[in-house]
This record gives sequence, C-alpha cells and structure tokens, in this order.
Amino acid sequence: MKLYEYQGKRIFAEYGIEVPAGEVATSPEEAGRIASRLGEVVLKAQVLTGGRGKAGGVRFASSPEEAERVAAELFAMELGGERVTELLVEQRLKIRREIYAGVTIDRALGKPVVMVSGEGGVDIEEVAERSPEKIFSRHVDPFVGFYPYMARELASRLSLEREAFIGVAEVLLKLYRIFTEKDAQLVEVNPLAVTDGGVVAADAKVIVDEDALFRQDFGQRSRGMPYVRLEGSIGCVVNGAGLAMATMDTLKHLGGEPANFLDIGGGAGEEVMREALLKVASHPGVRVIFVNILGGITRCDEIARGILAASRSVDVPLVVRFRGTNEEEGVRLLREAGIEVERDMIEAARMAVEMSRRQRDEHSCR
Amino acid sequence: MSILVDEDTRVIVQGITGSQGSFHTKLMLEYGTRIVAGVTPGKGGEEVHGVPVYNSVREALREHDASASVVFVPAPFALDAALEAIENLELVVIITEGIPVHDSMKIKAFAERHGTRVVGPNTAGIISPGKSKLGIMPAQVFAPGKVGVVSRSGTLAYEIALAITEAGMGQSTLVGIGGDPVVGTSFVEVLEMFEEDGETEAVVLIGEIGGDAEERAAEFISGMSKPVVGYVAGITAPPGKRMGHAGAIITRGKGTAEDKIRALEGSGALVARLPQEIPELLRRVLE
Repeated sequence: MKLYEYQGKRIFAEYGIEVPAGEVATSPEEAGRIASRLGEVVLKAQVLTGGRGKAGGVRFASSPEEAERVAAELFAMELGGERVTELLVEQRLKIRREIYAGVTIDRALGKPVVMVSGEGGVDIEEVAERSPEKIFSRHVDPFVGFYPYMARELASRLSLEREAFIGVAEVLLKLYRIFTEKDAQLVEVNPLAVTDGGVVAADAKVIVDEDALFRQDFGQRSRGMPYVRLEGSIGCVVNGAGLAMATMDTLKHLGGEPANFLDIGGGAGEEVMREALLKVASHPGVRVIFVNILGGITRCDEIARGILAASRSVDVPLVVRFRGTNEEEGVRLLREAGIEVERDMIEAARMAVEMSRRQRDEHSCR
Repeated sequence: MSILVDEDTRVIVQGITGSQGSFHTKLMLEYGTRIVAGVTPGKGGEEVHGVPVYNSVREALREHDASASVVFVPAPFALDAALEAIENLELVVIITEGIPVHDSMKIKAFAERHGTRVVGPNTAGIISPGKSKLGIMPAQVFAPGKVGVVSRSGTLAYEIALAITEAGMGQSTLVGIGGDPVVGTSFVEVLEMFEEDGETEAVVLIGEIGGDAEERAAEFISGMSKPVVGYVAGITAPPGKRMGHAGAIITRGKGTAEDKIRALEGSGALVARLPQEIPELLRRVLE
C-alpha cells in the first residue's frame, strides 16, 4: 500500500528527517493562504500514480495569487486516472545537489538493501539501467540491522562536503529505522536535497506492507479481496492468484474476454464466496460468471453453499467448475438446486466463452 | 526417491488445534503422512485426531523423533513459530498466508544461519505422491510418477498436477515455493534437487508475473540435463495492478509473462500456453 507524499513526509518528520516547511491544501484559496505564509512555493498534486512530475503535477509559484491560480489548474487535473483532491504546498528549496536515497527489499536474496546515488532527482530505475555503477548499495542482515558505519560507508561514495556527508549518513539510518518500524516495502527519498541549511527530503515515497496492517495504522484500510476490473464480459471467481490469472489467460486464449481478476483466497467459506459472486455480478458488462475452484484448503461444499446463497440475487448465468476437497458434497448440493458442476477446466472455460457470445447476441437483438 | 519428503519423514504440526491445522492434520494422516506430534502453546496435553499436542517444539521432540514441521499458525504469531521450528528441525513448511514481509526476511535469515530448509510462507506445501504430504493440497489430483513439479502458486499447481495425472503420468514430488515476494526456497534450489533426484525424469515449472524468479530459474535450466516444461500465468494481466499475490505485479514493463516465457524458452524449456497443454509437452520431452 502506497502512502501519499505528505503522509510519508509526516513519518520522516517524526523520525527527525528534515522536510520542507509546508501544508496540505484542499482548495485553491487554501493553497493561496499557505503560500502567503511561505513565500516562493512548490505545489505538488497528491496522487499515488508514478511519473507525476512529467505529467505536470508539480508546479512552482512565486506569489499567493499565482499559487491560487496554479492550484486551481492542478485541482482540475487527473493524473493516471486519479483525481487531484489534495495539494502539498511547500516552501521552495534552494538545492545545491540532488541525491537519491532508498531502502527496499531484494526479493531474490530476501534481504533489505540500502541504496544511494549521486544521480538524484531523476528516475532511479533509468540510472540503474544506464549506469548501474552510479548506484551504491548494501544488503542488511535483518537480525544485525543497519549501523552508522554502514551508512557512512555508503555516504562516503558520493564525494560530499563534510556537513552534507554527515547529513546523508544520518538520513540513511533514519530511513532504515522507518523501513523496519513501519513495516515498509520501500522507503525512498528522491531527491534528497543538499541545501545551505542542511540535507532535506524534497520527496517521500513510502510503500507499506498490507500484511502488516494488524500491527500498523496508516489510517487506511486494507483493500480486502484482490479485485482488478477489466473490460471483458466474463466475470471470474477463482481461488488462488495463480489459477485466477491462468483462468483469465485461458478464457482469452479461447476467444473470450475476462471482466475481472478476483482471488477469493485460500480457505474461503460460504460467506466469502457469496460476496464474491455478488461483487462480480454487479460489475457492469458481465454476461456470464465463470466459477473455477480447485479446492485444497478451500472446501467445495462451502463454495456450493456460497453459490446457493447468492444465486437468488444473481441474475447472470453461471458456469461452475470445481474439483478437490469435499467435491462430491459440493456437487450433490448444487445438483439438488439444479446446477450442474463441470469437471474439466478447459471445457468449462469454453462453455463460459460461448455463453458470453450468446448473451451478447441476445443483447444486440433487443 | 523423491525430494524433501518421503514415507519416512516424521512430522510435527504447529498450530494443530486451529481449524485449518486440525482439518488438514486429519487429511494428511489419511494420506499416510507420519504426523508424530502437534504444537500449540497453552494446549499441551490435548489430542487432535489422535495426535498428542505439546506446548513447544522442544517438548514434542523430547517425546518424539521428527525432522519436519508444517506451520498453520496465524500470521501475527507465525514468526515466533517459524523461528522455533527452524532452531529445532531440518525442514519447515509454512502454510500461513499474510505473514508480513519483514517477518519473512527474518525467517529466511534465521534458516540460513541454522542450515534449515524453509519452504514458504504462503505455500500449499510439499507432496511426494503415495508417500507423504506436508501441506493442504487435495490428494485426489496426484499420482506417483516421474515428473517433478515446482510452483509459486498453489491452486494452479493442483490444476496442472491434475492434468498430468489424468494424462496417465504422475509426480515424483510437487513443491509449492509460495507466492510471497520473499520465500525460504527458490525455484533454482528446487530445480537443483530435482536434477539430483533419481526418480524425477522431467520437471514442470509453474511461474507467474512479477519479480524475476523465472528468469533466474531459466539461467539454471540451461545447464540442466533433465527436460523442463514451463508455464507462466498472467499473460492478460494489466501492468501496475497487483494480481493477488504480493509479488504478482508488472511494474515499469518488468516481470511480464512474455519476458518470462522468452527467458524459459531461451533456456531450452518448452513452454505451454494453456495449463492443460503440459502433459502433451511432457510426453514430447520424455520420449
């Protein structure tokens, strides 16, 4: 789960990382009032989409009037499909040098990695590809932690003046603390600005682990069932992310168009199944729902009960295919209600594709 | 032979008194898995399906000989349970879903320190058909055979095992490595074991979008003597959207199914476009 820049900066400030003076505005007038206190400002659209700067979501203003005008333009914007409802209005920094600093997880090694680069303020992935020798990194043993000497070693690679060197090393230590204490997957400052007044985090990108929300609070709730909307007509209710993707790929391969990705998860019971069906059925454009379950920890009888519980409120035709744990009981329950259960995934997928076509033709006849 | 588990593997179930732990203990026992003890702190002295329950792994090991554990402990307490198992056993299979990634990094580091093999978290487990099952997979989709299967995803692995079984072939061992970004055992480590295993004649690798585990596997496959058949889920996945698993996301055009398929094909593996095409490709490489 990505945090907004201003949320990330609040965390930075808590940990003693210097951030520019600034406030969040929800209207152009408010942006103007904030600017009148700060002087020259930068206005930054608070969206989670990447590439905000390139898309015009970061603007400068040298007077409150200009700030209000620019804010009005920003509030009218949509960035990557996201409406701009909040702006971070900050004092403009006089930047001498831009550094990159970040902590993330090296998935292959399963270890945290702390990174710095003298090439700040640009897309770090591009730097990694173009000139990987300009990024300095250090893996951390999670039981040992990240120590001041490690931070100094990294900071010393950037040929900084003494004050900035100490400042960058301190920021690295604090970023690592945030990374572990906030259960983050990524804590990144790009750019970390070297100014006459010290080292300042001009941006903040923090991605926290949704699986850790039971011990963290970021004022946002977990997304619940993983659901991705697509444009097609075949609703998909599947257990397991891999099988859900394979089901979509199979429908597409057979000439159908999946309407969504949905993973009901491991061990979904009757209630979860019922909710999943209702959710997919309410998705506009869905003409048939393909239920594809391979029960391990998920029990097919529970799935059948969920289907029965939802069937009265779902008027989209269903193709149900399941195999696995408690399959016989599931088949029996649905057969009593006049619903046949398919056994073969490809055959069932073919049926769903055909039904989505037939439904479309009926629609176009009307 | 087979890899990781066989009929002699003696197993402890951690979290045995929970609903999933208890249900799957019953199914594992029915399959023939030698479950010698269960552990749930505070429930020592109870029994679950005839299996004695202890308060700690060490206490269980005082009364029973065991080398492996299957962990069903809920995510908030799973780190503690996993570390306890790592310190005392040789193989730890973590079924639990939703373990924070910072905990998984600690589990992995601790396992490396102790030389303990960890499989998972967020895995369906390991099955050596006809011998033993340490996990939650439905037994009826498997049959003993000569195909090694390794997968990031659980239910997709069952689907493919089912296709292999229905085509009259079977599996030597199936290993679910888990769908999380950080897991104890990688594709490459499992491929190494299959390459050494006398019973395995071909390997099926089931990947999905996100990360670069398949690309790393491809590098290893090019040096393998045994044939490999691959499948990668997520050709239709849109970029930037997380497809369920914490790891399954295409970012900046990286981790796409196409890239992974290309890498696998470049290594000499045959790659199926539908899960059900795998048996046909297996026949081809086994001839």
